[in-house]
Amino acid sequence: MPRFFFWMAEVMSKKIDAELVKKVAKLSRLELTETEVAEFANQLSAILDYVEKMEQLDTTDVQPLAHCLPISNCLRDDCAKPSLGTEKILENAPDTDGDFFKVPKILD
Amino acid sequence: MENLEYKIIVGLEIHVQLLTKSKMFCSCAISFGERANSRVCPVCVGMPGSLPVMNKKAVELSALAGMALNCKIAKFTKWDRKSYYYPDLPKNYQISQYDLPLAAAGFIEIPLENGQTKTIRITRAHLEEDAGKNLHTTGNFSQVDLNRAGTPLLEIVTEPDLSSAAEVRSLAVELQRIVRYLGVSEADMQKGHMRFEPNVNLHITKDGKEYKTPIAEIKNLNSFRAIERSVDYEVQRQLDEFSRTGITMETGNKTTRGWDDDAGKTVLQREKEEANDYRYFPDPDLVPVEFTDSWLAEIRAGLCEMPIKRQLRFVNEYDLSDYDAGVLTAERTTADFFEEAVKSGGQSKRVCNLLTQVGLKMANEANCSAAELGITAENLAKLAKMADGGQISATAAKTIMEKMTQTADEPKVIAEQLNLIQKNDTAELEVIVEKILAENAKAVEDVKSGGKKSKAAKGFLLGQVMQKTKGRANPKVVAEILERKL
Amino acid sequence: MDCNCKKLRDDIAAGRIKSAEAVEAVFDTIEKNDSKIGSYISTFKEQAIANSKQLDEKISTGKSAGILAGTPIAIKDNMCTTFGATSCASKMLENFHAPYNATVVEKLISAGAIIIGKTNMDEFAMGSSTENSALLKTVNPWNTQCVPGGSSGGSAAAVAAGMCSAALGSDTGGSIRQPASFCGVVGLKPTYGRVSRFGLVAFGSSLDQIGPITQNVTDAALMMNVIAGHDPADSTSVDEKTAPVCDCLEKIDEPIGNLKIAVVPQFNTGADGDVQKAINEAIEVYKKMGAEIVEIDMPHLEYSVAVYYIVATAEASGNLARYDGVHYGHRAEDIENYIDVYCKSRAAGFGKEVKRRIMLGTYALSSGYYDAYYLKALKVRNLIRGDFLRAFEKCDCVLIPTCPTTAFKFGEKMDDPLKMYLSDVYTIAANLAGVPAISIPCGFDGNDLPIGLQLMAPAFGEDKLLRIARMFESKTDWHKRRPPII
Ligand SMILES: [Mg+2]
Ligand SMILES: [Zn+2]
Repeated sequence: MPRFFFWMAEVMSKKIDAELVKKVAKLSRLELTETEVAEFANQLSAILDYVEKMEQLDTTDVQPLAHCLPISNCLRDDCAKPSLGTEKILENAPDTDGDFFKVPKILD
Repeated sequence: MENLEYKIIVGLEIHVQLLTKSKMFCSCAISFGERANSRVCPVCVGMPGSLPVMNKKAVELSALAGMALNCKIAKFTKWDRKSYYYPDLPKNYQISQYDLPLAAAGFIEIPLENGQTKTIRITRAHLEEDAGKNLHTTGNFSQVDLNRAGTPLLEIVTEPDLSSAAEVRSLAVELQRIVRYLGVSEADMQKGHMRFEPNVNLHITKDGKEYKTPIAEIKNLNSFRAIERSVDYEVQRQLDEFSRTGITMETGNKTTRGWDDDAGKTVLQREKEEANDYRYFPDPDLVPVEFTDSWLAEIRAGLCEMPIKRQLRFVNEYDLSDYDAGVLTAERTTADFFEEAVKSGGQSKRVCNLLTQVGLKMANEANCSAAELGITAENLAKLAKMADGGQISATAAKTIMEKMTQTADEPKVIAEQLNLIQKNDTAELEVIVEKILAENAKAVEDVKSGGKKSKAAKGFLLGQVMQKTKGRANPKVVAEILERKL
Repeated sequence: MDCNCKKLRDDIAAGRIKSAEAVEAVFDTIEKNDSKIGSYISTFKEQAIANSKQLDEKISTGKSAGILAGTPIAIKDNMCTTFGATSCASKMLENFHAPYNATVVEKLISAGAIIIGKTNMDEFAMGSSTENSALLKTVNPWNTQCVPGGSSGGSAAAVAAGMCSAALGSDTGGSIRQPASFCGVVGLKPTYGRVSRFGLVAFGSSLDQIGPITQNVTDAALMMNVIAGHDPADSTSVDEKTAPVCDCLEKIDEPIGNLKIAVVPQFNTGADGDVQKAINEAIEVYKKMGAEIVEIDMPHLEYSVAVYYIVATAEASGNLARYDGVHYGHRAEDIENYIDVYCKSRAAGFGKEVKRRIMLGTYALSSGYYDAYYLKALKVRNLIRGDFLRAFEKCDCVLIPTCPTTAFKFGEKMDDPLKMYLSDVYTIAANLAGVPAISIPCGFDGNDLPIGLQLMAPAFGEDKLLRIARMFESKTDWHKRRPPII
């Protein structure tokens, strides 16, 4: 076992319960089995317990850093180029109807 | 139903399709009515590994529109992903702008029916990509066409400052005029270039207390008529519902409603019990946009006088009716054309008449703007001057103007070719008048006897002269001579 | 045959060896060994031989065959190719045929590389052992009981086992360096923005970077010369003006004078004993070459794993939303409605680790948790970057182990995801800070498993970083050892 200079919190709190896992699964469009729900509840809770070590740091005056790049304004001129075309784009489609992607009826 | 005192509160969300050649983040051409899924590429289909690259023109058009709407343009803006699953949204997130919109805190002035204007505050305007289209077939499935996916849209959000359906309509019309003026959008409602979503509710006073009805958001309206009718309908519906149920904003939920144009009704789509969790976060595939002062100045140079101001100026400066000024300023090129012709010496009312009565009709038939008919402003001014000077008749002016679209000849040349120059030569006309008077003694007598018959007889004699000259005599001059001789 | 990239290229270009012979020899090795090792998800023997013959033809007529002139190269199966599938080792994309080539693939081809196959990986690059591949098991060529590392495990194993001259991997949190370390080869993660990501199937877009896995440092330099540079199709690839591309090969054998190396004591002491020992010996090697060793504190690095597993998963939850069974990819059979298409296809198409990360990322972005997790992580990310900026004020590079351990056994960490995540503790910081980092062989543990030394340099300093790495390599022969399997 490597001797990390930090280690996960031993406390296994339930940050995420089954209900929350189901809610997140719905947002993620993932159908989970009950076993998976239970497993994820445990694992995600453990990971979040660990992640919360970030709270030790005072970040009051720290800017969030979404990107390390020193650049902005990567722009393209407004020129139209040939598209891929219907046949080519539908080649990978799981189901098609003529020139269209096909899905079960969208009820909204 | 009880008679309730109420105020209508409406705010708008508007999506305007920007006038670019290519899509927002890829080089697929923007075009309407193409074969399904033909204008798509790995980027706008969200294929694995594909990455977006910003369209410079779309950014500039958005900033320009923001400026025209008196907004603050952000020096620094970025892109965010808005996540939701829908088959017409290929990446299942939309690239949009969340907390740092490109433009914010502006206003638009709209004309009211009483001739005054009202200021409506603009909350924000941001750039985003459009989704594709789901088509609902008669079968038990839906079809997805992604041609529209990735089209650049400007989303404009207003404060809830509108207080009638007519005002909502007026804003829509005014905004269309503005974006067309600036070349920001074609703003063709039928092609869905402008889509409106009014958020409607009422503040009702009852027994000295104020009640707010739950907000209804009416989705995707794309005609001025539908905008006005749907808001009117919604006002009545909410009044009705409040009278029946007493439900208020506090006790009821915000709803989303669709507009059934045939039935003239709004229809409940869904109740927003929990707000959608869109999980906005900065899109790591794109870098921020930073506007330098010089870039902003370059964009600002594309601004022009706003239509509502121009219309007012036309009334004052050119002595036009509000209606005519409105017609002339509906399109920027027409208004420019008008002003150029006036500057070239055309009398404003005459130029206005030529344009509104002849020019716009021809333009409409030719499916172009009046300025694109092939007539120069100088020649239009010359034509107006000829008509004003009595060298040609009003009917002749119309004929000449039609001809002017086919040839670069000056109106005078055309008039001569077509033999449309009026006879203004008094001496020559006097001879003809003498002759007519001699030939129509009865009529001369009727004129002289005065009374009822006199006016008719005068007209008859004038007509005879015109006939004799094959219509080329200047009726004004003939009338003068007749007056003198009788 | 020694298939080291630079040497082979020189031999082919000079006509001493034919590209077709080299390619065929590599395929012989693959056919002999890859059934044991499992590096390749797909190979393109026919196409590769045909292409190499064409190149030989070109060379025989005296034409330049590009700087990779006929050398056999492997790429990770998350880079799009118009030939073969681009599966990301996932059932979801098992049959996905990209309609375009990734920019790096185009660059390799135009440099004369012969692409021989696509290598195994953790599904969607999520993992540290390649055990998460849904399609294939890859073993460590040094010890088949052990994992090759991941996620670019197939690429590292293929290079170690002589089944290609060089390979491309992708590195989001160590996915090039860690398997390179486990397999005893060289792996370079370039600066974020140095190599185009266009066509790289995204995992964590602000962290992902493509880089070479090679037998030695010189080959890594050669590969960088091929793949580095701005790509107009990737907004996050840095333009020439901001960071000009340097020739990494030109001065590769010139040592850096007055070299100052930063070491972070707490990192070294956190590693296994054998790893510590090897790293200390490596430090001595540098000292002997006159380098100054400076002990520094990088106090925020210990938060790297925490930050990474929020940032990377948040981005991944967005990036992987597109795999929904509508436009491409796996669609489940038992579909009743359109929501099923999403939920069931994703449930069936994704493996456990991918689901786990999508869940974690979705959670971190969802309303109510965004500030505590995602936003907080971005702030700590800035602190981590600050640690690097401070270190590079004083030193040319930072030296730490690539991994706290050598290759571990199959299954050892599979049932405890956090334990697996923590094995990336030394590699993740470079991704968060965007700086280039390289892993080079620096010894073996008691079980004859390779140990990797990691060097990290300031952004866009790949040329210098490679020279520093080459200094060590020129004084040692760890990189010359080959695994017993071949
Ligand atoms: Mg919107
Ligand atoms: Zn496209």
